[in-house]
Amino acid sequence: MTKLIDAPARPGRPAGPGRGGPAGGTGPGGGGTRRNVGSGIRNLMTSPKYGPVMVTAVLFVAVFVIGGVRYRGFFSGQVFLNLLVDNSYLIVLAVGMTFVILTGGIDLSVGAVVALSGMIAASLLQTGWSPGAVIPLILVLTSVLGLLVGLMIHVFKVQPFIATLAAMFLARGLCYVISQSSIAITDPTFVQLAVARIPLGGGLSITASVIIALVVVALAVWVLHATRFGRTVYAIGGGETSGLLMGLPVARTKVLVYVISGFCSGLAGVLFTFYTLSGYPLTAIGTELDAIAAVVIGGTLLTGGYGFVLGSVLGVLVLGVIQTIITFEGTLSSWWTRIFIGVLLLVFIILQKVLTARRR
Amino acid sequence: MSALLARIVAHRLFWPVVMLVVLLVINLVAFPGFFTISVRDGHLFGSLIDILRNGAPTLIIAVGMTLVIATRGIDLSVGAVAAISGAVACSIILGSPEPGSLATVAVAVTVALVISLVLGVWNGFLVAVIGIQPIIATLILMTAGRGVAMLITEGQILTVNSPPFKFLGSGFWFGVPIAVIIAAVVFGVAALVTRRTALGMFIESVGINPEASRQSGVRARGLLVVVYTFCAFCAAIAGLILTANTAAADANNTGLFIELDAILAVVIGGTSLAGGRYSLLGTLVGALVIQTLVTTVYTVGIPPIATMVFKAAVVTVVCLLQSPTTAEAFSGFRRRLAIRAGKGAAAS
Amino acid sequence: MNQAPPAPVVEMRDISISFPGVKALDGVDFRMFPGEVHSLMGENGAGKSTLIKALTGVYGIDAGTITLAGDRVSFSGPAQAQAAGISTVYQEVNLLPNLSVAENIMLGREPRRLGSIGWRAMRRRAAELLAGLNLDIDPGSLLGDHSLAVQQLVAIARAIDVQAKVLILDEPTSSLDADEVAELFRVIRSLKEQGVAILFVSHFLDQVYEICDRLTVLRNGKLVGEYLVDELLRIDLVQKMIGKELTTLDDLEQRARSVVVDDSDAAVFVNAAGLGRRGAINPADLPIAAGEVVGLAGLLGSGRTEFARLLGGIDRADAGELTIGGRPTKLRTPRQAIAHRIAFSSENRRDEGIVGDLTVRDNIVLALQADRGWFRPIPKKRQDELAQSYIQALNIRPGNPDALVRNLSGGNQQKVLLARWLAIAPRLLILDEPTRGIDIGAKAEIQKLVFNLAENGMSVLFISAELEEVLRLSHRIVVLRDRHVVADLENDGLTVDSLLALIADGSVESDEPVRDVAAAASVTAASVTGHTEDPTADHPAPTTADHTEGGRR
Repeated sequence: MTKLIDAPARPGRPAGPGRGGPAGGTGPGGGGTRRNVGSGIRNLMTSPKYGPVMVTAVLFVAVFVIGGVRYRGFFSGQVFLNLLVDNSYLIVLAVGMTFVILTGGIDLSVGAVVALSGMIAASLLQTGWSPGAVIPLILVLTSVLGLLVGLMIHVFKVQPFIATLAAMFLARGLCYVISQSSIAITDPTFVQLAVARIPLGGGLSITASVIIALVVVALAVWVLHATRFGRTVYAIGGGETSGLLMGLPVARTKVLVYVISGFCSGLAGVLFTFYTLSGYPLTAIGTELDAIAAVVIGGTLLTGGYGFVLGSVLGVLVLGVIQTIITFEGTLSSWWTRIFIGVLLLVFIILQKVLTARRR
Repeated sequence: MSALLARIVAHRLFWPVVMLVVLLVINLVAFPGFFTISVRDGHLFGSLIDILRNGAPTLIIAVGMTLVIATRGIDLSVGAVAAISGAVACSIILGSPEPGSLATVAVAVTVALVISLVLGVWNGFLVAVIGIQPIIATLILMTAGRGVAMLITEGQILTVNSPPFKFLGSGFWFGVPIAVIIAAVVFGVAALVTRRTALGMFIESVGINPEASRQSGVRARGLLVVVYTFCAFCAAIAGLILTANTAAADANNTGLFIELDAILAVVIGGTSLAGGRYSLLGTLVGALVIQTLVTTVYTVGIPPIATMVFKAAVVTVVCLLQSPTTAEAFSGFRRRLAIRAGKGAAAS
Repeated sequence: MNQAPPAPVVEMRDISISFPGVKALDGVDFRMFPGEVHSLMGENGAGKSTLIKALTGVYGIDAGTITLAGDRVSFSGPAQAQAAGISTVYQEVNLLPNLSVAENIMLGREPRRLGSIGWRAMRRRAAELLAGLNLDIDPGSLLGDHSLAVQQLVAIARAIDVQAKVLILDEPTSSLDADEVAELFRVIRSLKEQGVAILFVSHFLDQVYEICDRLTVLRNGKLVGEYLVDELLRIDLVQKMIGKELTTLDDLEQRARSVVVDDSDAAVFVNAAGLGRRGAINPADLPIAAGEVVGLAGLLGSGRTEFARLLGGIDRADAGELTIGGRPTKLRTPRQAIAHRIAFSSENRRDEGIVGDLTVRDNIVLALQADRGWFRPIPKKRQDELAQSYIQALNIRPGNPDALVRNLSGGNQQKVLLARWLAIAPRLLILDEPTRGIDIGAKAEIQKLVFNLAENGMSVLFISAELEEVLRLSHRIVVLRDRHVVADLENDGLTVDSLLALIADGSVESDEPVRDVAAAASVTAASVTGHTEDPTADHPAPTTADHTEGGRR
């Protein structure tokens, strides 16, 4: 203590490694001067808060550069934008999953809920409903499913993975109940929404999905970093009892994160349907793993408490760029993606383990 | 008399068995010939035999899962391991000049099982040595495992034409389906080994109180590695049966969701997800409940594909019944009842 | 603090709290005055934690009244108590290491604008509070990046931000070094000047005497008395805390002292030379001869448990040498200790002892079986014999080997643990508080057993908070204080009073442990500090209830 209290008397000793970190953390930066950039960077890389996300950022840039060097036409703006276009649904899923994992929970139901949303959309649109009614209905239904899961976890103390497992079974089963085969979507408004390209100039364009995903990300960043609810999410991950003793609304927050995850899964399902323009009960199997992987690779600790939404977005982009490289490579088959994801998961989980153990 | 009844009701297998009986009765009502077992071509046939045969892979994995769960763990990777073992066996058989020879199949099966041991040690290593939470440690193999299986099958569905291999899945021995015999052997070996050696006691002891076990000199690390390895081994056996049954290795669909069925079987069987006391017999009943549920859905005429909705309902009900909140509510209710009864007795 | 203080800000009268099977507090009075530092003293199970939890609204009270600043109050939760001006800083810092210092101080009442947290205002307010505590750290830095001491001060900053009338510091110094304690005391003094009533709970006598004005002593859930610190001698305080419990086992005492133990080197079974572990116990020597009962005496937190854990292989020593049977040995795991026939029976019966959901039989054979390995199971018949013989020998009730251990009473659970360790035929048996929280009958049985074991050549290291018990059973007594061994004495002419003197005032000026009674008793205090090892040990767990019928005589 005295060492730290005396810090001003000993120039060159930063008061805490948190200084000078990315401003996204706990709001604007700490205002400390960077007396020792070298040790500052080292501290940043070994902090459980910033370390993994820094590694991810470096990884993303490295992979993108490697791709650019190896393949003609890889290093273009549109390739990057297509990462967003192709993965907008996964970004939204990862946002919801980030909330859940930050509290130390997990949501295994998201893939099945994506499929269910697609099935609901396709079947209702087929019977002539308007997209203006269908999409809100999906979002409400999936949020309610999330609410039920949250109540099961909080009130009945069911382990998150079991509760969300039940939700996964339910959602996947309902898919089959709706239809066992693929339903194509022909509703002109919906198709228009899905395929319309929004030009950005210079021959670049994005889709509506990207804009929706980015809005969700922006909202999530604000909620997590600037509202009491958001800080309580972090508090639960840091220590639920401490949060309770500090008078934070732990119970409500714990339920709400699953509602958010349900909502995000529903929205991701809609975006996924934009992408595929059909509903198919077997679709998006294993997508929950992609979402979890993106969140973990994005630097969120699986035990909760540390992590950023923007990190998860970065995680999705890493997965996306690996997929793109595999496409560009041509000779590599798509299953390599899964293996890469597994390896990355392993690396990041061990990294987390090392960083948190070092702190203890 | 009522004391005996109370003891039966309090038995941990009471509710699982009731569930099983209810399902069987529903079947009997919907399909009066349900319990008939006939002998055709020297083989046993009938709905009950089908339940046993189709439930065998789930049961085999659930046996391994029971031990893992008893140590406070979980293994999500069993489906992927099953897919890998099927893929390995089929690719070896396909690559051999004599796919139909017994030797080829023996080699294929052995290699597949040995690989599963490696995968199990890997899971155990991550959990016991590195100290990663089991759900996360096994998530890694769950994610990467199917990719590895795809790699082995090169993305194809490998169809093999090998009678000895097919025999594993759909053969009969003394009239009994081979799959059922294998499941019985796995179950028996697991029960015998854990109860005849000290393994069972150590598994429970580590699951109930890890620190007290450590201070008593129980080696938890080795124990965990063994348990995860055994679970992967079980998964591989199940994978081989599933693959042999269709004579095709499908990296995407072999053992899909089977980890969930296995966990469900364990939970229905009364082994708590919090670890500790386990019941292999309970797991057996649990696996039968699940398979009977699937069959019931068929016989009653609900689209078979909706089974998952019923499974969801079962998971939810079982979890809510096991929940401490429910237990509290129940005991509160009982206490009020008792108080009321006491007052009534005092008044009379 | 000699003039009459103003009206008390907290007044608790006739407080009683019962848990199933045990009366945790029995008609206790307690008061606190503004601008005073008050200490609550007592050994394990005295009821300190329970009293604090009653005051902070964690527990409801069964009887009695609580008055805060003249008003009768009844809190239904910590939040209410906090709103009324009672703030608590717990021993394990109950803050969030993953959030910033500012958030840890302000969360829950953070300034907000349009739904957003006002980060700037929050940081400014936090900086002011930190400055008030003379703590120069960046409010934006992560709490987890700071030392425990700083975290403790942050917790205090949080506590005083709610305009606390009463500040409760529960074991705040247990993990701080001397400089850090000085810094904390500076803060406490400045709060005291502002008129805050402070409850300071600590096992460090020295600190209590340095900072506190008044103290209340509890023992076994009952009030012993309230004293002004200046008017109470340390030795009297220790005596009041420990109390004296007279039992009918004086004959044992006589016999124990008459036994002659072979002190020659050849007979020494275990010899610790400079054995220590940072933050737990300073390097110390301890030879234990075969057939010798060595008692470890000292207050809770003196290092008595920590030292024993090193000998039992539970924790690894990071200094010194251990010789077992003449061979230098390193114990890395309990397993290795067991292989050397050293058994350690933990004081924490529930968390480190019994395996509650296993049967009595399984619990008894567990260590023996673990030593034999997985594939040499003890035959069922042999297991039954073992279980039956120990059930009879130790009078375990109920005598059903298939009963689940968690359903047994505390005393019987303790006997099952003893049976587990006796089953491995130990050459050294380490018993950490084996008689705590069990009834007098079971206690006597366990004491007799220890004595008989030693007569048959087994070495015993015996730890107990009850000095009579230590005196009665031990051939030699080692006194610990401040994580040092301060005396190592033959149990010859020692009395409770001479031990009390050593525990309260024994010197650590010389590095050599005192080997002589007279010298030891005459040494005066230089510094007295201690350390606590178990934050939860203080409140009585339901398991401490004992209903052994057969154990009574």
